[in-house]
Amino acid sequence: MHDVAIIGAGPAGITAAVYAARKRLDVVIITKDIGGQTAWSGDIENYTGYQFVSGPELVGKFEDHLKNHNVKLTEGQEVLSIDVDGNVFNIYSDKSKYTARSVIIASGKRSKELGVPGEKEFRNKGLTYCATCDGPLFSGKDVAVIGGGNSALDAGLQMVKIARHVYLLNNSNDLTGDKIMQDRLKMNKNLTVVNDASCGSIMGDKMVNGLTYKVIGDENHKKIDVQGVFVEIGLIPNSGFKIDIQKNKNKEIVVDAYNRTNIKGIFAAGDVTNVPEKQIIIAAGEGAKAAIQAFKYVTLN
Amino acid sequence: MSRKVKVYSTSTCPYCSRAKDFLKQNNIDFENIDVSQDQAKAQEMIDLSGQMGVPVVVVGDDVIVGFDKGKLSKSLGI
Repeated sequence: MHDVAIIGAGPAGITAAVYAARKRLDVVIITKDIGGQTAWSGDIENYTGYQFVSGPELVGKFEDHLKNHNVKLTEGQEVLSIDVDGNVFNIYSDKSKYTARSVIIASGKRSKELGVPGEKEFRNKGLTYCATCDGPLFSGKDVAVIGGGNSALDAGLQMVKIARHVYLLNNSNDLTGDKIMQDRLKMNKNLTVVNDASCGSIMGDKMVNGLTYKVIGDENHKKIDVQGVFVEIGLIPNSGFKIDIQKNKNKEIVVDAYNRTNIKGIFAAGDVTNVPEKQIIIAAGEGAKAAIQAFKYVTLN
Repeated sequence: MSRKVKVYSTSTCPYCSRAKDFLKQNNIDFENIDVSQDQAKAQEMIDLSGQMGVPVVVVGDDVIVGFDKGKLSKSLGI
């Protein structure tokens, strides 16, 4: 029996674990991977104290910090359901079962898929959701980045330095990411921005060799020859656990200012919740808040 | 008899670092191949694994795509 079970080891989960461990709680973290979305980020310039740090580097620092504390870390497991048994929680992963007096859900978000033909077939065969990981393999090739927000701009900025040409396909009439990134991106000659474009299908034989898209107002599908497709169209919360927990219309777990969910003893933090802004530093702060509340809850119950 | 271990990786890929750390922690010698610097090696990896994701860990004749602790441990006999 643990004092607190933390689901997820991104910035929210790891910070929650550090805070909980420092309060001498018995902590178990159950997670698929370490770092979450932060691990996939290219360059991070807005994590206070680090003027310029890569995602993997920052995750390395979080991990080092965590490893200096007495926490049971279980990696490579996915939590499927949680049930309430009196004032104890049973957490079931795909490999094991855990019991704890309190739970902090910090499972973050995952990439949204396009839902177009060819997407599943060509995953890892030229189509990827992580420019940071796979970008370097497309050196000198023509690639498409699908999306218009910060993740797409981040991918675009990485790929203009590596690829021969980058097509940025965005389905609204203008890019929505930070102006500073847009300006930096548009300075590159090997970039073509296509607004009002929605991807129709991904094509190829063994690997990707092109995609089709439609522009609003034009019935015809256009085609571009690309050897790489980076999908950066948004994220969905990892909130599909089998448990009756309150979520909003975006499937984010609803929390109050104390990170409490509608179930007593279950707290949530970070991108999986309805916290209005999703940033690494916010997730870390939310993790700390949730851990403090979990500590108070465990002490009083 | 120990089997030759090769890791095809890129310098920015987080799973690549974890795979290499795992090998180091278990005192397994391996050859690190940075496919972002070498087009020929990138193609070799693609031909060997039939896909373009990193890491690809080769243990003897076993080709393991991604950092799969279970499969990797089994191939290494640990």
